[in-house]
Amino acid sequence: MQNSFLTRNPSTLIFLAVLALFTIAVTLLSEGLGMGFISTSFVKTLGKTLCLGLVAISMDLVWGYAGILSLGHFAFFGLGGYMIGMWLMYERTRDVVVNSLADAPIPATAQELNDAIATQIFGVVGSAEFPLIWAFADSLALQLLMVVLVPGLLAFVFGWLAFRSRVAGVYLSILTQAMTLALSLYLFQNDSGLRGNNGLSGLQNLPGLGDVPQALVSLWFLWGSALALGLGYVLAAWVVSGKFGSVLRGIRDDEARVRFLGYSVETYKLVLFTGTACMAGIAGALYYPQAGIINPAEIAPIASIYLAVWVAIGGRGRLYGAVIGAGFVSLLSSWFTGGRAPNIPLGSYTIQWVDWWLVVLGLSFVLVTLFAPKGIGGLFDLIGNQSSPNRHGADLGPDAGALREREAQE
Amino acid sequence: MNLLNSTLAGAFALAALTAPAAAADCPIKVGVLHSLSGTMAISETTLKDTMLMLIEQQNAKGGLLGCELEAVVVDPASDWPLFAEKGRELLSVHNVDVIFGNWTSVSRKSVLPVLEELNGLLFYPVQYEGEESSKNVFYTGAAPNQQAIPATDYFLEELGVEKFALLGTDYVYPRTTNNILESYLKQKGIAAEDIFVNYTPFGHSDWSKIVADVVALGADGKKVGVISTINGDANIGFYKELAAAGISADDIPVVAFSVGEEELSGLDTANLVGHLAAWNYFQSAEAEANTSFIDAWKAKMGAERVTNDPMEAHYIGFNMWVNAATAAKTTDVDAVRSAMYGQEFPNLTGGTAVMLPNHHLAKPVLIGEIQEDGQFDIVSQTKEVPGDAWTDFLPASAVLKSDWKDLECGMYNTETKSCVQLLSNY
Amino acid sequence: MIRLLLTGFFVLLSCSIAIAQNTPMQAVLQDHSDLIVKSSRKTIAPAIAGITESGLPQAQDVLQSWQGKSMWQRKSDGLFFRAEKLDSKTYQLHDFDSGDTVGTFPKSELKQIKPNSGIRALIGASLVKFQLNDPDPERRRAALISIQRNPSAAVLEPLRASISSEADAGLKAMKFRAEQLLTISYGTNQAARIRAIEHMAGDLGVDARATLSRLLETRTDVFANAPPDTANVARVLRVGETITTAAAYQLLVDRALAPPLISSNDIRLSLTQHVADDKVGGVSVETLAQPEQRQRAYSALVDEGLAAPAPTQAEMGASLSQFVFAELYGEPSKQVTQAAEKAMQSTELNVGVNQAVDLALDGVSLASIYFLAAIGLAITFGVMGVINMAHGEFIMMGAYTGYVVQQVIPNHTVSIIVAIPLAFAITFAAGVAMERLVIRWLYNRPLETLLATFGVSIALQQLAKNIFGTQARPLTAPAWLDGAWVLNDVVSISYIRIAIFVLAIGFLALFLFIMRRTRLGLETRAVTQNPSMAASMGINPNRVNMLTFGLGSGIAGVAGVAIGLFAKVTSELGSDYIVQSFMTVVVGGVGNIWGTLFGAAMIGFMQKGIEWLNPSNTLAAQTFMIVFIIIFIQFRPRGIIALKGRAAGD
Repeated sequence: MQNSFLTRNPSTLIFLAVLALFTIAVTLLSEGLGMGFISTSFVKTLGKTLCLGLVAISMDLVWGYAGILSLGHFAFFGLGGYMIGMWLMYERTRDVVVNSLADAPIPATAQELNDAIATQIFGVVGSAEFPLIWAFADSLALQLLMVVLVPGLLAFVFGWLAFRSRVAGVYLSILTQAMTLALSLYLFQNDSGLRGNNGLSGLQNLPGLGDVPQALVSLWFLWGSALALGLGYVLAAWVVSGKFGSVLRGIRDDEARVRFLGYSVETYKLVLFTGTACMAGIAGALYYPQAGIINPAEIAPIASIYLAVWVAIGGRGRLYGAVIGAGFVSLLSSWFTGGRAPNIPLGSYTIQWVDWWLVVLGLSFVLVTLFAPKGIGGLFDLIGNQSSPNRHGADLGPDAGALREREAQE
Repeated sequence: MNLLNSTLAGAFALAALTAPAAAADCPIKVGVLHSLSGTMAISETTLKDTMLMLIEQQNAKGGLLGCELEAVVVDPASDWPLFAEKGRELLSVHNVDVIFGNWTSVSRKSVLPVLEELNGLLFYPVQYEGEESSKNVFYTGAAPNQQAIPATDYFLEELGVEKFALLGTDYVYPRTTNNILESYLKQKGIAAEDIFVNYTPFGHSDWSKIVADVVALGADGKKVGVISTINGDANIGFYKELAAAGISADDIPVVAFSVGEEELSGLDTANLVGHLAAWNYFQSAEAEANTSFIDAWKAKMGAERVTNDPMEAHYIGFNMWVNAATAAKTTDVDAVRSAMYGQEFPNLTGGTAVMLPNHHLAKPVLIGEIQEDGQFDIVSQTKEVPGDAWTDFLPASAVLKSDWKDLECGMYNTETKSCVQLLSNY
Repeated sequence: MIRLLLTGFFVLLSCSIAIAQNTPMQAVLQDHSDLIVKSSRKTIAPAIAGITESGLPQAQDVLQSWQGKSMWQRKSDGLFFRAEKLDSKTYQLHDFDSGDTVGTFPKSELKQIKPNSGIRALIGASLVKFQLNDPDPERRRAALISIQRNPSAAVLEPLRASISSEADAGLKAMKFRAEQLLTISYGTNQAARIRAIEHMAGDLGVDARATLSRLLETRTDVFANAPPDTANVARVLRVGETITTAAAYQLLVDRALAPPLISSNDIRLSLTQHVADDKVGGVSVETLAQPEQRQRAYSALVDEGLAAPAPTQAEMGASLSQFVFAELYGEPSKQVTQAAEKAMQSTELNVGVNQAVDLALDGVSLASIYFLAAIGLAITFGVMGVINMAHGEFIMMGAYTGYVVQQVIPNHTVSIIVAIPLAFAITFAAGVAMERLVIRWLYNRPLETLLATFGVSIALQQLAKNIFGTQARPLTAPAWLDGAWVLNDVVSISYIRIAIFVLAIGFLALFLFIMRRTRLGLETRAVTQNPSMAASMGINPNRVNMLTFGLGSGIAGVAGVAIGLFAKVTSELGSDYIVQSFMTVVVGGVGNIWGTLFGAAMIGFMQKGIEWLNPSNTLAAQTFMIVFIIIFIQFRPRGIIALKGRAAGD
């Protein structure tokens, strides 16, 4: 079974090999275990990029394969980060508080300990009590479970409401965007119990591992992210190569026909939407300990739109396209905005990339949509000499949706 | 750079490579960690330019310890996690000796763990909510007791305000400041029902309801005053609505903690004359040092540019750091930090700023009335007020004390006589 | 140093004595020189009183100069003068007593006396008696406003005396009203006070309500048996019902009528104090992490007399039952407070009604802003089925057009008149360009349109930042739009919001006119309903699409000017409104202008309603609004008004 799946999907093997090579190479060149040519901050950036690749895969599944343009997947990503952040924050603070209370003349009661931790965590935002949602924050296992459950539950409820009433197409996109906006506005409030605009910070310091240098921690997370990305990729490839994947493509190309054929379109969509939300949650849980801080700005609607941009530039409807898009665009963005790109003097005016990069990104995005709807992934078709007939942008199928020349040939 | 390194640099075009550890002491590198893009760019770009100007001036004076100073500017793009990433890059890749940077509290909280891990040194120039003390940060902006509390006192004593509307943008600085003020006002005998608190989102523009609520507060015959921690663009809509409602500063005075010369330049101030702002510095302060600072700034950036409080904070912070490094004869972080305590430097408003063992400055508090030309008329100036990391007006913080010089602890509990933690809380 | 100061002081003193001979006002000022220079409201009273009571005719002039910040002190001798600005560096000084010009001095030799607004108010109050009969009506008005801000018993008589001689009818009404309010507060004749109260019943003015509230102010007090007959009791409080047990007990503790409560922190502190040999009160220290053990140890301490006993629930109840709690009026006269209560009730009813009206006006205003922002989107999204994520940026372009025009044309009225059509033209052109270059290649691929226009959106936004900077730019409304339409002290709405409302109505009419009465409208409706059939009837769908898109974008530009006028002009202006605009269109129902109107009205009123329920957190209102919309869409996925046709057929 496994064998036949891999032979049917040679790209999966290639992808895994490249990913493994990449991880080994970074490890060898890193400060933590290797020669020290790659700085810890860049190892973290690479680890984060792998997580973005994972969430891009989940986006590609819903958009590229099922035709649901979700502008809310970063909300699930962020929720995953919040869930793991709560445990990290609680445990780290608990260690500090226990140490400081150990000197007290009489031992602290459980209530006093709890109050002291709450004051430490929420003192910044002017509160001193644990909100209800922190009830499981002392247990890593439960909190890890919540990484999957909370985004999954939100996606399930939202998807159930939306798909049941047959909200589709651009309406659904706007609704998902509204959901992200509502969630980020909600988290912005201090009353939401997740420290408002400050969010959860200091996440890179793992509790109990204070003396492990960050150079090493960054590598652990790099490996973890690579593993998650690899597993996620295999899972996604397996899902889309089977019958489930065929039905999804059918839904994308003509929902009504699939429904008439007797498939429960809503169930398929809902399972996919919820599953990808869980995947995004896991990606977020790996991402934010590397970033060090999560706050509501991370799940503002613009983040999810960027996610769609990555997938579109990378190439929809192919999993490696999504990963390439996420990696390429986010690394390029950080290169341009990091002030490392050389300025271009134009006589009286100097183009500073910090200022002009977004303009270039925006326009290149229009150009990709217009002229290269396959994105970067389309380059692999060129290498493989698979050219599709030029239809001047018209669809292969009858319905509005994505380009699907490639799948038609498969 | 040796040959191997430069070859690899080509191979890893994107990689930030570590500079060779054996970098010479010269030039001395000064990291500038201010957002040059994104929402905070306008405020922070000004501070980046201030730093470049100060470094230029210092180099013209012969540099520091016989070395040229070199600015390393990075752009965290108003993206809070990026502050941690760029901070790590500055410290471990560029090996900077000191960092000047940050504006928002959340960005400071983001970079704090990195500073403490790598033992960096940060000068933070903006007024903030306090309740924090890090060994690796010098807070050259105002703590609440250097801005919010004196302004509230001014309201209570000089304007006779009996009922307070605390309006703020919903983020940590207004939340904590208002928390402290609520507690302070209650200690001053203001009843809980005479304190109205409202939080609005960033960039809020629909102020009619809130302004009407504030006017309605006056219905029980008490004098109403507004303490505004409204941030950034949202102020414009707020002041426009205030002006449209015809609320004069004599009826309902508004004192703002986040509105300075820079923010007023986006407004027609004719209808706002008499409303107040509290800072440690106003461009209109009459002192010789200020005049030459403003002249240098305008010569560099253009005649229409204004100066503001965080710029003065950088001015003081940078000069103190230069003096401390000169005194310590090294830029080593620990040596400089020890030399910082007790450093004195004349501030731009005519007095002298002193660096205290709790990493805060003693600075005067100024209260200015908005004038038609967008400048402030200084109506009150206190003596130097020592900054307080932990406020005296919240029970949990009142027992805490920060003293990095003798106690070597930023969070010392005076009740149990023990150090709560050496790292800061973030 | 001290000697120098002392010498200076004596010189000053002798100087002022010398002056006192023929310059009496200067002498008064010199007497209070320190206070005047110190300029603090707490200490300034003697200085103002000194000037007022000097009986000199110059007093009014001095006070007015002082209040107007034109009193300066000469540094060389400490004398005060009225200064007149000649240019930025030199001032001409006038003597207060003689009125003569003393000479011109550079600014560096002078010090301006800056009374803060608290002192200015005190000066204003003391000026009242001079200004009430001043020939200048503006000064009389200033006096009345000062009375309104600082009512005091002292001005009642002069005010009464000045009413009969008042010539100006408006001022006379103001004086009469002020006199009524002062009578309520400070009158000595009880019947007159009650008459005044009854006269003011239902009045919405903040000052009238303030006067009544002050009269009705109560304090909570505690009595052994019952309140004495002399006290004017507002109501007797029942513990646990009208006053919380904790508050009542705290009152007893404050009056030293009951032992204080012991908090768990107090327990911890006293236990800490009495630790000996790892034991407190016979309990070993390690076990003190359990609350019961702490309680035991503490009881042991109490038994030993080392700690104060904590009152039990029963003891607290017993203490509380011994006393009567009551709210007392500060005003001693029962009749007056009864009349005031009655007047207050009718006022409150009136205020409630007017607050509802005000909230409704706010709702209408917000709805018209949303409508204006969304109407262009309703055209492009609704009629053409095209998602334009760059719609917000067209709004922003309109606002910046207004700003640029204002830089060129300084007259605000003219500049707005020019800016509106110009903004329409510019965004119309931008819309047509975008339709030709991008959107027409993507018809039938709505999701890709969404992404492509998003690319345009971020490019435009960054471009605006590069050109205009991230700092907000001023777009100032013409003077005739300043201020507000004030119905009374509760209901008011700024003129700028009224103008936006009118603009929104205007565009609704324009839209209806174009759609129903013009060839373009006919063609648009035809293309909307069936593009291929319309094409076969000789309509060019390309041209119709282009013009419709241009129209929608143009209206967005005009909306931008309006929004910029009332809020701010920044590069993020558009993105602030884009999600709300989409909501408006989706909630209202795609493709129908009335739907958009209903959608905007619903969102506007809903948001104000939630704000009213939770006035301290505007962010929550926005969050709940969006959640509500998401739920609403579940039940009416096609919006309030559903449409058949191309737009509905996805």
